[in-house]
Parts: sequence; C-alpha cells; structure tokens
Amino acid sequence: MQLVFLLEQVLNGLLVGAYYLLIALGLSLIFALGGIVNLAHGGFYAIGAYLAVILANHIGFAGAFIASPLIVGCFGIVVERILFRRFYRSDPILSLLLTFGLAMVIEQGLRITFGATPLPFSIPPELRGQVLVGDFIYPRYRLIILGVAVAAATATWFIVFRTTFGRVVRAGVQNPDIVGSLGISLAPYMTAIAALGVGLAGLAGVLLAPISGVHPAMGAEILTAAFVVVVIGGLGSFWGVIVAAMLVGVVRGVTIYFNPSWGEASMYFLMALVLLLRPRGLLGERIEKFE
Amino acid sequence: MKYNLSRRTLLKSAAGSALVAGIGMPAIVKAQADAIRIGHLTPLTGFLGPLGEYAVMGIKLAAEEINAAGGVLGRKIELVMEDSVNPQTASAKAERLIERDKVAMIIGEISSASGLAIGQVANRMKTVFINTGCNSDALRGASCNQYMFHIEAANSMYVEGVGSYLLRDNLVKGKKWYTLTADYAFGHDLARVARNFLQKHGGLLAGDELVPTDATDFSPYLLKIRQAQPDIVASNLAGNQITNFLKQYAEYGLKFPVAGFGFDTVVAWGAGKGNFSGIWPLVWHHLVDTPSSKKYVAAFQNKYGKLPDNQSWGDYNSLKIVAQSMNETKSADPQKLAEHLRKGAKFDVMKAREAYFRSYDNQMVMEMYAVRAKDPAKMKDQWDIYDALGTVPGPTEDMEILAPPKDGTCKIG
Repeated sequence: MQLVFLLEQVLNGLLVGAYYLLIALGLSLIFALGGIVNLAHGGFYAIGAYLAVILANHIGFAGAFIASPLIVGCFGIVVERILFRRFYRSDPILSLLLTFGLAMVIEQGLRITFGATPLPFSIPPELRGQVLVGDFIYPRYRLIILGVAVAAATATWFIVFRTTFGRVVRAGVQNPDIVGSLGISLAPYMTAIAALGVGLAGLAGVLLAPISGVHPAMGAEILTAAFVVVVIGGLGSFWGVIVAAMLVGVVRGVTIYFNPSWGEASMYFLMALVLLLRPRGLLGERIEKFE
Repeated sequence: MKYNLSRRTLLKSAAGSALVAGIGMPAIVKAQADAIRIGHLTPLTGFLGPLGEYAVMGIKLAAEEINAAGGVLGRKIELVMEDSVNPQTASAKAERLIERDKVAMIIGEISSASGLAIGQVANRMKTVFINTGCNSDALRGASCNQYMFHIEAANSMYVEGVGSYLLRDNLVKGKKWYTLTADYAFGHDLARVARNFLQKHGGLLAGDELVPTDATDFSPYLLKIRQAQPDIVASNLAGNQITNFLKQYAEYGLKFPVAGFGFDTVVAWGAGKGNFSGIWPLVWHHLVDTPSSKKYVAAFQNKYGKLPDNQSWGDYNSLKIVAQSMNETKSADPQKLAEHLRKGAKFDVMKAREAYFRSYDNQMVMEMYAVRAKDPAKMKDQWDIYDALGTVPGPTEDMEILAPPKDGTCKIG
C-alpha cells in the first residue's frame, strides 16, 4: 500500500462527493421541506439527461445546461400540482407508493419513446482535458461538476436560509396551520420547492449525462445512492447532505483501493453504522423515539 | 360499511381487469391456429435491456421473412415473446411458455445466469433451447445439456478471436495487463479464460479489479489503473458498464491501449463521439463482407431504420436455422430438431464459411471477428465507429480451434 496512492483516492473521493451531492441535493430538499419521499427523483434525473441529449443537438451543451433543468423544473410544478399536493397530510406511505409508481412510469415512458439502447453523448470538446496537480490527475469536467455542485448547494442554502421565501417554507414545515392563520397560503411555496428539488435532479442529469450511459434505467442506478447520502446526512439537514456526500465518496474510494468488490457495498455499511450509532443521521434533527 | 356495486363501478372494473390482463399476457405476433409457436425470452429491462431490444428486432424480422416465404411445412411461425427479467423469472416463464403456450422450442436470453435457468427447464421438459446471447464457458461445460444449443460464441471464442489480433499487434508477450472484471458469473468466467490466454502467450497480469455490476462511477478504478502504469487495459465488463467505462476512460484521458473480451456494438454506439477506442471481438458485425450478411443489413435497415448489431444476428439466425431444420426433417418435433442439429448439419450464418453445432457441447463452431475503433475524425456518422480487423481463424484453419477445450467437463448423452 502506497500512501500517496491512498491520498489520491481520498482526494478523488471528495471530487466524487460532488457527484453524490448533486444527485442527493434535490431529494433532500423535497423531503425536508416538502415532506415527500420522492422515489421518482431518479426519473427526473433521467429526464434531465435525455433532454440534454436532445437539446444539445440544437442549442449546444451550454444551452442544454440552462434549458434542461428549467424544463424539468416545470415538470416538477405540474407533478406537484397534480400529484404531490394530495398527499402532504397523508400517511407517508402513500407518497412513497405514488412516487414509486411515477418512477416506473417515467422509466418505461423513456424506454417506449427512446428505446432501451444508450444514447450517445460526450463531454463537449471545450470541456475535455485534464488538470495535473503534482502527480494527481483531475479531469477538467469533474472540476466543473464540483463547481456547479458547490454553486447549486450555495444557491439552495441562500434561498432556504436567507430569504423571506425560505423563512416561510421553513415555518410551514414546523407548523403549517399557524402559517395559514397568519394569512399566508403555503401552496405556491410548496410548488416552488418541488420545482426547485426536481430541477436540481434535472441539473444532475444534464451534468452527468456525458460521463454516464444515457439509458432509461439510469435513474434507478443513482437513486439508491442518493437515498443513502440523504439518510446518512440526516433527514431534514442541509449541511448533513454535503458532509454525507463527501464521506460516501471518500469511503467508497478508499474501499475500492483495498477491496474493489466491496466498493458499492461500502456506502450501505456506512449507513448502517451511522444509523446504529446515531439514528438521526450525522446532522439530522433529533428523533425522540430512537434516542 | 356496505359496499354498493353500481353499474358504473362494475363496467370500470371490468375494463380495468381486461386492460391489466392484456398487459399481463405475452406479446403474440400474428395469433392463429395451426401455427408453429416459438417462444422468445430475452431481458428487456435491466442492464442488458438495450441488447434485448435488438434481439427482439432480429427475431421479428426473421419471422416475417419466413412467413412471407410460406412459413415452415406450410404453417406460419408464431412468436410468443416475453421479458426474462432475471433468472427466477426466466425459469418460470420458460416453463409457462412450454406448458401453457405450447411452444415448440425457445430461443433467446443474454444473461448467462438466466440462460442456465432456461437451459435446465428445457432439459427437464425435453424442449430445445437455442441460446443467442449468453457467453459463459460454463454453459458449455459443467452446465451443458443435450437440449441447450449455443449460437452465441463462448467466452473462449471471444478471447481467441480478439487475442489473435492482440498477438499480432504485439500487445501480449511480456506486456503488463490490467483488467476490470464485472463481479458476477459472466465476468468471473471471462476473467478465467482471459487469464489462461495470457498465461499461454506470456502476458503478465499486473492487476485485475472486480467491479460490482451496479457501479456507475469508475474514477477510483481509473486512478488505480493509472497508478499501475500497465501496457494495456482490458475490459471483462458487460452491457451498460462498458459504455460508462469508455466514457470515463476518455474523460480521464488515459493513454494506455484498450481492449475487451466481451463486447456488444450497441454499448459502443452509446459511448458517444470520441470515447470509443481499442480492439474488441464480435461474433458478427454489419461490415462483414458476405452476400447474406449484406442482405440482412439492408433488410434490417429497411424495417427498423437502423443498423443491425451482433445480438440481433443471433436471434435472427436461430429462427432461420430452426425453420430450415424443420423443413429438412419435415417435422416440428423438438426431439427431431435436437437430433438434426446434433448431427452437425451445416448452416449459412452470414459468414464466409458455414457453421455447425458440435456434438460435444452443442456449441456452434464458426468464425469470429475483431474490430478496431475508428479515429473520430474519420467517422461518417454516429454508427460508423469501427473498422473490421479481420476474420479468425484464417481460411485454412479449423474453426474449432477457437471453441472451448474439450476437457470432459461437459457430459452430454
């Protein structure tokens, strides 16, 4: 075992953390502030990727990067209005079933429309290339993903914690009835949050399409990882998602260094460990029943 | 609470159940009486789904052509098609196809694990199963049986097929190899065959990494490869993982030559411009220069608007072989079909030489091909991704040298 190689895996793990952060952020947002367990998160991610492939042919990658998340966000508005809204005050299992069904409809819909074969899509030539820091290699595109992930997380944090909009939403999570009695209708705020969360899923789809196969089941591929990151970080915690994403990336990288076949399983072991020692997740809110 | 069943509810539920029942039924192509029913099982969902899609296209085209030419023994072919999903479902559906849908035989499958399950059902129920997509040597070895035939090449054939070109390019003897292996039955089988090949020809294995089939990010593996500085990187991966690997290998800009021992054209088409590189083996590709091959490419493009791939070749030719055999033996009985195939009957499978099933393990003995990825600047369109390197073995060599060694692990009859 060489220390410098291990260090390289750790640093790369942080970079991969940005990858996990992007896919988990939208999910965390919708769960924390919308109260919906969105199993269709992977489906919106896939829609974002497919839209990117289609739009990139007409308006280039930059255009697709802006347009695709916006369009997916609009889907989010429609889905929230028609579907999510009915289940805010219901048994959580209903929203779980709903989004599970939605996920399957999206996956099969994509398969029927585009076929099951992966659509070709590459990193645009201007964004290719690698950066060498000493002997460590970083693809330029991954650094861009890191940048966008940080920007998205910062923007989300700002919206939720530093604006009036965010304040109303957080109040609505704590006690929707009091907010209502103050004369504020929560409905448009919920729609906006859903649009934001779903739009973030679409953004992840656009960014990861050039380095992952674009096929109908791609949503299912990342969904479990997204959930694991959210659970480790703590349901309802914003900073938790960030910390968890980095942690999962690093743990996975180090595990693959020593024993690759445990690489994917490592995040589940980590989750089990965290839940045993700290059921609320790393930075989540205290759950009275378990502690 | 008393439940009132109104007429409206009754009509709605009846319509609903009819709809659900329709979805639960297999897809039947041209249902009619006195047709010869052939079952088709292939994964349409999951990581092999893209290949299953082409398998369906191939076999449907074959059925159409056969029926247009008058069918088999004056009867039409009727395909009963199902999604095999996973080994348990494949096993259950194979039984259902034979018992309930009364198919004469089954064609298809891509996953070696599901192929094994179907093969066992076929053996138990004495129905012929032609495997069109499972590569595992084990299916031709310890798990073989007299009713399971293989038109798809075995891992040994793929390794020998691409191996001869790697030897020619001087990429084997004394060279450091680094392999990524899909962590399931197929991958392990392929890695074993590849390791034997390397040992036989003086190649050195600097590292072999097991990649779980649900891994989507290859960056830690790519870093390990870079740290090891091998002479060549080889893939023992399958399906969509090859696409992801190719994309990310290009992303990291690693300069080591790439090769693979398992490959499907479809996953390389999905890799995107500038990402596909290396030398890869195929059981057939659209550039093969024989009259029947060109005819197939034209017919496929005519019907579907796209080029055929290697998977569709397998399912298409299986049905054609079945039709031809049934016509020759003047019978649709699976026993007679099995006997006919095991006698070494020769078939035109769109290659330069005719192929036959060898009786040792029911593996089709035939030529293999290798292709080299094209320089992106020379690609005419998004499907023109490789150049044909050539045919293996040479025209005067016995085709059986590619096939898995007859080491007695297979005990048929």
